[in-house]
Amino acid sequence: MSETLEHIASAARADAPPAIVLDKVNKWFGTMHVLRDVSLTVATGERVVICGPSGSGKSTTIRCINRLEAHQEGRILVNGIELTDDVKALDDIRREVGMVFQSFNLFPHLTILENCTLAPIWVRRMPKKEAEALAMEYLNRVRIPEQANKYPGQLSGGQQQRVAIARALCMKPRIMLFDEPTSALDPEMIKEVLDTMVGLAETGMTMICVTHEMGFARKVADRVVFMDRGEVVEMGTPAQVFENPQTERLKTFLSQILRGH
Amino acid sequence: MSDLTLETSVAKVPEAAPRSPPASQIGLVGWLRANLFSSWLNSAVTLLVAYLVIRWIIGFVEWGIVNAVWSVPDNQTQACRDLKGIGACWAVVTEKHRFILFGTYPYEEHWRPALCILLFIGLYVVSAMRRFWRKELALVWVVVLAAIGVLMWGGVLGLSYVPQERWGGLVITLILATFGLAFAFPLAILVALGRRSKLPAIKAICVLYVELIRGVPLISLLFMASVMFPLFLPEGMNIDKLLRAQIAIILFAGAYLAEVVRGGLQALSKGQYEAADALGLSYWQKTGLIILPQALRLVIPPLVNTFIGFFKDTSLVLIIGIFDLLTAGKTAIIEPAWQGFGVEVYLTVGAIYFVFCFAMSKYSQRLEAEFNRHRRR
Repeated sequence: MSETLEHIASAARADAPPAIVLDKVNKWFGTMHVLRDVSLTVATGERVVICGPSGSGKSTTIRCINRLEAHQEGRILVNGIELTDDVKALDDIRREVGMVFQSFNLFPHLTILENCTLAPIWVRRMPKKEAEALAMEYLNRVRIPEQANKYPGQLSGGQQQRVAIARALCMKPRIMLFDEPTSALDPEMIKEVLDTMVGLAETGMTMICVTHEMGFARKVADRVVFMDRGEVVEMGTPAQVFENPQTERLKTFLSQILRGH
Repeated sequence: MSDLTLETSVAKVPEAAPRSPPASQIGLVGWLRANLFSSWLNSAVTLLVAYLVIRWIIGFVEWGIVNAVWSVPDNQTQACRDLKGIGACWAVVTEKHRFILFGTYPYEEHWRPALCILLFIGLYVVSAMRRFWRKELALVWVVVLAAIGVLMWGGVLGLSYVPQERWGGLVITLILATFGLAFAFPLAILVALGRRSKLPAIKAICVLYVELIRGVPLISLLFMASVMFPLFLPEGMNIDKLLRAQIAIILFAGAYLAEVVRGGLQALSKGQYEAADALGLSYWQKTGLIILPQALRLVIPPLVNTFIGFFKDTSLVLIIGIFDLLTAGKTAIIEPAWQGFGVEVYLTVGAIYFVFCFAMSKYSQRLEAEFNRHRRR
C-alpha cells in the first residue's frame, strides 16, 4: 500500500532524493515500546501531516528526526545523512532541519530579533548585520516586524509561535518539523499560525506536521499519516484517510475528533 | 450575543467619569491608617515601639556623639576611663585605625595596602557597571590583581619586600574575599554543569566534591590547609599560608555556589534546551548563550546571599593565625592601655563589614530588577 502512495506523492518530483527516510524505527522509554517499526519516506517538497490520539508516538517520531530523542533500532536518514551518535552528522542535520514546538520555546531573555539572529550568527557564522536583515525579512513574512525589539513575554501566544517559525526559518532549513504548533493556543490565534504555515507550504518547503487541525491537513497535506500506539496504522491522501478510513482505530479516532469540533 | 449586551450597555448607561479614590485611602494618611493605626491594639503597639526606638536613638547619640571622646594624647586613656561608660571612647579607633586597617604591615609602607584597598574598591565599582562588561574587563582584573600582589609583596620596582606574615587588616579580608569569589564562581559553574553531565565520571567527581566539602566545617578545612596539608608536601617545599587558606576558601565557596547555580539550572524548562539543540547550537553555545544567562538571573538573590556570607566567613582565618580585619580589631585592644574599649572597635569593624555587604545587597537588587525586565509585560 505504502509503496504506491509514495509513488504518487513523489511522482511530481521524482528526480529529487527523499528528504527523510525512517526505516523500521523502534524506540522504548524504559520498558515502554513507544515506536514500533515506524517506516516513512518523505520526498523533498512533500507536506506530511501526522495525526493520532495522544500517546500514539507522533511527537516522538518527529523528535527522532532531529534526534531530540534517540531511536534504538532501525535507521533514520535525513537528506541522505544517517542519524547516529556521530556528533558531526547530527550538527549537519540540525542545521538543515527547523523545528517548531507546542510551547514555542522562545528564549525569554533575548529580544525577538535576537531570538532570530542567534543561530545564524553562532551556527552559520553569519555577520550580525546580515543576520539581522535576514531576521527582519522572515519577521515580515510572519507579519510581526514591528515587535522585533520586544521580549517574548510581551507577545501573545500566536505572535510567539509565529516568531518561533521565523526563528527556525532564519537558519534556512530544508525541512521543517512542527510539533503540535497550535495546541497551546487560544482559538482566535490558531488561525494566524495556520495561515503562516499555509504560506510556508506554498513556498515548497518540506514539512512534517503533527497536528489535529484537519482543515489544515486537507488544505496543504500531500499525505496524512495516522499513528496509534506507536505504529503507523494508515496513510494516504487527506481524502483517502478522512473519507475512506480502512481500520477501526482510524474510524474511532476520526469520530472523536469530529465530535470535539 | 456578547456583542449585543455590550451594545445595549453602551447605548443606555452613560459612562461614569473616573473618580479618584477617597482621600482617606491614599497618600501618607491612608498608609498610616492602614499600616500603623488600623485598630486600638495596633495604635498602642505603634506608639510603644516608636517610644522605644526614639529613646534608643537618643541614648545612642548621647553615648556615641555628645559624650564621646574622640582623641587622647599619647595613649593616656584616663579621659576615656573617667567617662565610666556614659560616652564612647572613639579615641581607640583614632589611635588604632591604621593597625585595624593594615595590621602589622611596616608603618612607613602603609600607603601600599591603602592603595590596594582603593584598587579593590575601584575594581568592584568598574565591574559593577554594565557598560564595562566586555572581554577587556577580564584583562583589567588580571592586571589589577597582579598589581595588588606586587604592591603587597614588594621586592621589585624599588619596593621593599614585606613577607606575608606581616600583612593584615582590611586588605587581607578583601584579598581573601575577592580572590576567593573570583575563582570560586567559575569553579562553581563548572561543577554545577558537571553535576548534570551525562558522563558518569564527571558527574561522580562533581557530586563527590560538593558533598565532601559541604560536609565539613570551613574551620576544619582551614585547619587542614594550614596544619595538615604541609605534612603531605615534600621536604623543604612550602606554600604560602595565606595561599593555602585562600585555596580552602575557594574550594568551600565553590561547593556552596555550585549548588546555588544548579538550582538555577534546574529551574529552566526542558524546552529551552531542546530549542537550542534544534537550532544546532553546540553544547557550549547552548550553555553560554541560553542556559547560563537565564539560570544565573534566576539565582541572583541566593548567589549574593552566599557572596555576603563568604565575605564575612573570611574572618574565620583568625584561627590559623592570619590577621584579617576582625582579628586586627581584636588585637588592637589587647594593649593594656586600651583594654575595655572593645565596643567601639567592634562597632567600627562591624560598620566596615556592613558597608561592603550592604553595597553588595543593594547592587544585587538593582541588577535583579534590570535583568528581569524581560519578564515584565
